[in-house]
Amino acid sequence: MTALDCNRPREAAAKARLATRSGEHGLAWLAVSPALLLLVGLLFGPVAAVVLFSLTDWQLGSFTFHFIGIANFRALFADPTFWKALTNTLVYVAIVVPGTVLLGLVVALLIETSPGLRGFYRAAHFLPVMSTMSAMAIVWGTMLHPTIGLVNRALGVMGISGVNWLRDERTALLALALIGIWQGFGFAMVLFVSGLKAVPQQLYDAAAVDGADGVLDRLRFVTLPMLGPVTMFVVILTAKRSFEVFDSVRVLTQGGPNYASEVLLHRLYTESFDFLHMGYGAALTVVYLAVIVLLTLTQARLLERRVHYS
Amino acid sequence: MISRFSDRRFAGRVARHAILLLTAAFALLPFVWMVSLSLKPPQEIFQADFRLWPTAFHGGENYRIALTAAPMFSFLLNGVLVCAAIFALQLLVCIPCAYALAKLRFRGRDTLFSAVLVGLLLPPQALAIPHFVMLNVFGFLDTYAALILPWAISTFGIFLLRQFFRSIPDEIIHAARLDGLGEFEIIWRIMIPMTAPALAAFGIFSVVAHWNDLFWPLIAVRRAEISTPALGILLFRDDEAGQFLGPLMAGAVIIVAPLLLAFLIAQRRFIDGLAVTTMK
Amino acid sequence: MAEIELRDIEKSYGETAIVKGVSLSIRDGEFLTLVGPSGCGKSTLLRIIAGLEAQNSGEVLVAGRCVDDKRPKERDVAMVFQSYALYPHLSVFDNLALPLRTRRLSFAQRLPLVGRALPGRGDVEKAIRAEIEQAASMLDIAHLLRRKPGQLSGGQRQRVALGRAMVRHPAVFLMDEPLSNLDAKLRVQMRAEIIALHRRLGVTFVYVTHDQAEAMTMSDRVAVMMDGELLQVDRPERLYRDPEDLRVAEMIGSPKINVVSRAHWVSLGASLPAGIHRNTAHLAFRPEAVGIVASGDGRLNGVVASVENLGSDIFLNVTLADGQGTVVVRTHPDASRSEAGRSVGLQIDPACLLQFDGAGMRQREVERVEAAA
Ligand SMILES: Nc1ncnc2c1ncn2[C@@H]1O[C@H](COP(=O)(O)OP(=O)(O)OP(=O)(O)O)[C@@H](O)[C@H]1O
Ligand SMILES: [Mg+2]
Repeated sequence: MTALDCNRPREAAAKARLATRSGEHGLAWLAVSPALLLLVGLLFGPVAAVVLFSLTDWQLGSFTFHFIGIANFRALFADPTFWKALTNTLVYVAIVVPGTVLLGLVVALLIETSPGLRGFYRAAHFLPVMSTMSAMAIVWGTMLHPTIGLVNRALGVMGISGVNWLRDERTALLALALIGIWQGFGFAMVLFVSGLKAVPQQLYDAAAVDGADGVLDRLRFVTLPMLGPVTMFVVILTAKRSFEVFDSVRVLTQGGPNYASEVLLHRLYTESFDFLHMGYGAALTVVYLAVIVLLTLTQARLLERRVHYS
Repeated sequence: MISRFSDRRFAGRVARHAILLLTAAFALLPFVWMVSLSLKPPQEIFQADFRLWPTAFHGGENYRIALTAAPMFSFLLNGVLVCAAIFALQLLVCIPCAYALAKLRFRGRDTLFSAVLVGLLLPPQALAIPHFVMLNVFGFLDTYAALILPWAISTFGIFLLRQFFRSIPDEIIHAARLDGLGEFEIIWRIMIPMTAPALAAFGIFSVVAHWNDLFWPLIAVRRAEISTPALGILLFRDDEAGQFLGPLMAGAVIIVAPLLLAFLIAQRRFIDGLAVTTMK
Repeated sequence: MAEIELRDIEKSYGETAIVKGVSLSIRDGEFLTLVGPSGCGKSTLLRIIAGLEAQNSGEVLVAGRCVDDKRPKERDVAMVFQSYALYPHLSVFDNLALPLRTRRLSFAQRLPLVGRALPGRGDVEKAIRAEIEQAASMLDIAHLLRRKPGQLSGGQRQRVALGRAMVRHPAVFLMDEPLSNLDAKLRVQMRAEIIALHRRLGVTFVYVTHDQAEAMTMSDRVAVMMDGELLQVDRPERLYRDPEDLRVAEMIGSPKINVVSRAHWVSLGASLPAGIHRNTAHLAFRPEAVGIVASGDGRLNGVVASVENLGSDIFLNVTLADGQGTVVVRTHPDASRSEAGRSVGLQIDPACLLQFDGAGMRQREVERVEAAA
């Protein structure tokens, strides 16, 4: 039996093969098409729309709009509340990031040094991460209440007279930062623990042989250097989350008093959805987007480097 | 010598527990406070001296008010519904796409993957305005669709699942093709079972994020009947009954409890799931 | 009824050509081995036969029919992979059942949950179970059917992989280095079992390996591949005795064939054997073609550099007189001249001398004429 039936012209065979191969192509495109559609419709289209909106004077509900160039941005940069929100956000980040990272690191180190109650500690510290922020913010609101709140009662016992934490211009942002740390440090702890688990035991053995066998020596010469990349990661992750602070602000202070706790995302929300200034809100969004994208790119760059190291 | 060594050890252990108990107290205090208040009658809440456990147990009443004055159960139900729908949609969209990106060869694959990576950069809050406008145009505002549709695509999910699918050797897929499975059957019968832990991790990530999300529901819905838990508790607070701290705290307990219970039951899963998904 | 024919197969990934115009006919029921160094395109060629990879040009014919437009499952071929590629989440039984179920159950019957209730499924399942049990007892894995692949040893996994290919009764078996993950002892044992399987099933086997011992012991014919090209396809013994290409000669046989360039030979002051063609650039001879004689009596002379005693044979590494290059000599253990440092002469059997030209191609015409004269 020879292959007479296959002796058709080469092009025909090539065409048939092309068909099977474009079959795989077609299948692949079928598989990615929903994602592709949504990617364009729900992500890239909207981003383009935001940029477009930011150049118009459009207000929700109105049927006309005009391109007004960068007038929205000019208004934004001339608006003291924007600058207030920006500086507040930066201050918030500047408090929450070190607080979260340090607390998370210390807790992780302590949890990992010995197995006693390890499971309990891990769960306890992680609980805030899982909890619904809007509900817990309400709870924090009562804890920070000037008269019946736990904080002022405790201070009272120690003979210190507390303040009205959330209504005082000096303390409102600080109180929110405290809540931010409370919610985030358990997550930092978990990331640090997984970083600690990845430190090879041989390094400790080597350090011990080299004479670094005290707890602090081990920490200084082995643990902390090895945690460098994880720390970088946690810092950036926490920074990103802090830039996104919204729930606690909305629930507790709504940016007050007198914009003392106004932050970018809350500003964005109020301008766009309370006042329906879509053009202005879009300009604010563009600025916000730029900040976050910059931060994420830094993270990607750093993570890339981490991959190269290991 | 030995005794000094073990003394130091003992001191170290005590110090460890002392510090950890302190930080754990910081983490747990709001929960304790919340539960404590939710069991107290109003006058006791305002009393000068503070007790953990109420002298007059008022829990039943507080929880009854929370459950009747606001549609607490429907908040929870909405949460379950919305989270489940979002996750199901995300899987439906992400899995085939991630599989194609990981294992099929087609023109435009690298471009598409770059697009996914760029999508990863975009914070969802930045898309709120156009999403809002779009939903408004279609008349979907204040419906379940408004809560669900904007999250139908998760670039993070595509990225994560692609990584996991890539770790499955090509030979397995080749074997499956020779065994007569079609591509969608390969996804269903081979890829999904083999990456079940990764899918669970992604599920935990997604559900936790959307159960707790306040920003978007605040924009998308007004009606209490379709509010998710995070928004529901706010609506309850701004309601009359929520002016009383006991019922408000009871409401907070009800809102927070489901996720926390799930977490306590499957701690390892949750912690690893969230840690793994963010570290990828 | 499943001869395979490859016509001018070419395949490249992007710019790099991996398979460069391979033509090959494999007879029905033959055990053909593809052997070659790592990365030469053996697996690629096998995947093209299976239909897992599309060639850029050329045709694949199975049983005389062009299968280029057929999907892998329609080609009636089964494949055993180097990593076994068992489904880790399925039991051994389900691993074996999968290819049968996909072929015998309709799409509706294969649906999760619903399919189980559909009529006719029970009978098919019963038949499948019977066949799997038969195949399993043949491969001695009947007691493992409930386990998951992760709970099996390497050898057991290998058998399951064979079983999964077997249960379908394919016309062609494709095997991609199926033994390379096993330890040496198990490998020899599985080698024998695969040969027995081939004899029993009587179907075409295409077997890929880079282990020449496997290639030589198992196959009816061996196809030697290098850099995407077939160098020679022949019976194992002819490949050893009669290589067409210097690269084939060097690849087959252990220890490697001795190669002395003509220029080197002349520079040693040794006389060339009779019948050397003028184009011949390399003279090659196997270790067993060399006899040890007294120093100065041989065609070549040298010093024994080291001695490897394998028990049945002794290999002498002899450094040639000018200190450049070594010749390996196989001697019988009873032979006495076998300590290092000793000067020896090498006598080479002219009938076993192979000549290659500058491009490595075999030169044979003149040699034959001269030998006859
Ligand atoms: N999908 C692919 N994309 C690009 N190059 C590939 C691909 N698959 C294989 N190659 C390349 O093709 C060449 C041949 O690969 P192949 O797997 O056929 O080699 P092999 O002869 O089986 O080697 P080994 O003995 O190591 O298995 C290799 O250089 C490999 O890098
Ligand atoms: Mg290979």
